[in-house]
Amino acid sequence: MNITQQIVNAIWLGGVYSLFALGYALVFSVLGVLNLAHSAVFMWGAFIGLVAVTQLNVSVWAAIPLAMVVSGVISIVLDVLAFAPLRRRNAPRISQLISSIGAAILLVNIAQLIFGTQPQRFPLGSIPSDPLEGLPIRITPIQIIILLVAITLMAVLQYLVVRTRAGQAMRAVAFNQRVASLLGINSGNVFRMTFFLAGALAGAAGVLFGLAYNTITPFMGDSVALKGLTVIVLGGLGNIQGAVVGGFVVAALEVFSIAAGGSNYREAFVFTLLFLILLFRPQGLVGQAAETRA
Amino acid sequence: MDLLRSIGITEIVFQLMLVNAILGLSIYLTLYTGMFSLANAGFMAIGAYVGVVLTQNYDLPLWAALIGGMIAAGIVAVPIGLPVLRLRDIYLAIATIGFGEVVRILILNFDTLASSISGESVQLTRGALGITGIPKITETWQLLLFLVVTVYILVRLHRSRFGRAMAAIRQDEQAAATMGINVVYIKNTVFIFSAILAASAGVLKAHLTRTISPGDYGFDQVVNILAFAVLGGTSTWLGPIVGGFVLTALPEILREFKQYRGIVNGVILLVVIVYLPGGLVNINGWKRLWRRIRGQPSVIERIQQNTRSG
Repeated sequence: MNITQQIVNAIWLGGVYSLFALGYALVFSVLGVLNLAHSAVFMWGAFIGLVAVTQLNVSVWAAIPLAMVVSGVISIVLDVLAFAPLRRRNAPRISQLISSIGAAILLVNIAQLIFGTQPQRFPLGSIPSDPLEGLPIRITPIQIIILLVAITLMAVLQYLVVRTRAGQAMRAVAFNQRVASLLGINSGNVFRMTFFLAGALAGAAGVLFGLAYNTITPFMGDSVALKGLTVIVLGGLGNIQGAVVGGFVVAALEVFSIAAGGSNYREAFVFTLLFLILLFRPQGLVGQAAETRA
Repeated sequence: MDLLRSIGITEIVFQLMLVNAILGLSIYLTLYTGMFSLANAGFMAIGAYVGVVLTQNYDLPLWAALIGGMIAAGIVAVPIGLPVLRLRDIYLAIATIGFGEVVRILILNFDTLASSISGESVQLTRGALGITGIPKITETWQLLLFLVVTVYILVRLHRSRFGRAMAAIRQDEQAAATMGINVVYIKNTVFIFSAILAASAGVLKAHLTRTISPGDYGFDQVVNILAFAVLGGTSTWLGPIVGGFVLTALPEILREFKQYRGIVNGVILLVVIVYLPGGLVNINGWKRLWRRIRGQPSVIERIQQNTRSG
């Protein structure tokens, strides 16, 4: 087993996981709800990227931002249909979780109707796939691109949330929606913006994931959905930096359990970890002392 | 009966409606106690596999398989429930999803795992392909009897001290504990009951559909079970039964629109949770909806509108 090779694999896979889980964490931190339709938006992102490359003949570089914008809009629609009515009624968080499940079923089935259930692929040569030469380990350009895009987007998100006025408004609403509203923050806009950002991140993750594995189906969100859940639990629900760390931890766990010959059990490892974290450190690995959350 | 058959409700559909009603009741028990547990598909899988192994490998009758599956799930539920039920809402949901996935993966790899431990070739769960050729020995009257007995027990339970304690925990766990209710005991017992009920549905369904595979008990299945309960409503035992019936029969009635089946399911779930939060079996919810359609806000809504700050 080539340790360096496995570390490289874990790093680029972790980039995708983190990107995906960031959207989960963002919505959870601002609204306190778990958006289980996030994985469906991720899948739509991949398909939009694919359609952009195959039908509109744009390059992958243009397909990623396009997929991000459309996914963001899908995510806003999701908020309007599935979350906003319940929020207005002050419905329990569980109802919002269930309505997000309904929305996920809907999105997956619409995709099935439009794109069919057969796996689809990006055309050959849409991105260089030959491994880089002159290196002791196998690295393909796509892996480097994935990591670069992921890190760039994470940095942009961090900048948005920490440095800008909109990010400040988001953090204020996350802290206390009622007080934020009293201080003149339009919480409806903040929610929509949160959903847009989360959807855009899911869309980007979808395109990158689709490029990396090159099989795009309406069900590609399923496995990532539960892994993303593990990632944000690991990082502490709603903790944005935690989600990044969690993504790399889960990817490393997965890659190393495959390398150690346990590919059949790699998901069992991930979910057992999820289980243990919830029981012993519900605030997450990097979280601080627990509030009365769990 | 001919009328039912003409709209697509054949005997097998009716049998599946009964099974799904039982599944709905299994998640209803935990929801009624305020626990958002999604472990039901996992327990259903345990019941199904134990039951099928008993009837196929040991030639036992269905009732023995049923009891075997229920006991197995009950035993597994104890060590799972004790630590996990300390968690609340979303955390409990995530942990129980994790449990369900681990059960699924363990069943998937049971043969290789058992073979490597015992040193001989074990062929019990047969991996991803699952077990086929199970005898179809579940009869409609058995399902009906099982459902009736379950409902009878539930009705008696609701009127008992234990049932009142369940309702109290749903309302406010801390207040219930203050009133001297042993919250840990009640929650765990309900969790075990729920697991047993899910397992029995698993055994009965396996001997209807004749094939089982680990893929049948994944996250999709939990979502379905949850949909039965949510659609019908979780304030009375009738809700999950109606929910199970409707969600099983509707796709058959609408079979001409087969390709839109999933879309219809998603829309139903969304519409009910948004517009009929109490489910189909909830008169107040229908009244509220009627007022909304006619544009008259109820007293409570008017007060809420006046006091709303955001």
